[in-house]
Amino acid sequence: MQMQKQRPKHLDLAKIRLPVPGIVSILHRISGVALFFSLPLLIYLLHGSLSSAETFDAYRAVIANPLIKLVLIGLLWAYLHHFCAGIRFLFLDVHKGLELQTARATAKIVLAVSLALTVILGVALW
Amino acid sequence: MVNRVVVGAHYGLRDWIAQRVTAVIMAIYTIALVMFLLAMPSSYENWQSFFRQTWVQVLTQVSILAFLIHAWVGIRDLWMDYVKPVGVRLTLHVFTIVWLLSCFVYSVKVVWGL
Repeated sequence: MQMQKQRPKHLDLAKIRLPVPGIVSILHRISGVALFFSLPLLIYLLHGSLSSAETFDAYRAVIANPLIKLVLIGLLWAYLHHFCAGIRFLFLDVHKGLELQTARATAKIVLAVSLALTVILGVALW
Repeated sequence: MVNRVVVGAHYGLRDWIAQRVTAVIMAIYTIALVMFLLAMPSSYENWQSFFRQTWVQVLTQVSILAFLIHAWVGIRDLWMDYVKPVGVRLTLHVFTIVWLLSCFVYSVKVVWGL
């Protein structure tokens, strides 16, 4: 029986340097968790937008709060990143873009596109 | 004897496929919704009447259902990756199901204007 190889381990989170695809992957997970916990808020937002004219004004006042707006822009980024990274993962699932250079490039594109769209939509909706 | 884990994976393809299929449903819904919103003049009345159409309500509800299935697989994977004690993991699984079911009931109320 072969002996277990002694490999150097770096499980110190502060020392681990993730490659770009790894960053996209962990952000995909983090944004997914954020969306999971904010689902009631998202349904509430839909609820408010569909409410009657009187309650709609109260709803608009809530949404106008800068702090709420920041949270919503954070969630907008979470959705966009999860969306873009998800499409990339679907392509990887069907073995498209598996080459190292391509995978790195598409990971950078995912980061850039989701951030750019967040800024564009965030400015437009603020 | 097979050593079965109570809150482990099913060692199958079904959830993996379900997560991908629901992802595609949500992506199509998102793109379609954004295109409709861009195409119509933005106003309170337009948005309200748009969303009172049955087909919009049906497709929205289906997409929310897709979200719940998608999130169930994703969050369950998360607990299985990071939480090892079976009791804690089972509790978190139950919490996740209750959370998602509650969201579903709330979404039915909102989508259909009940």
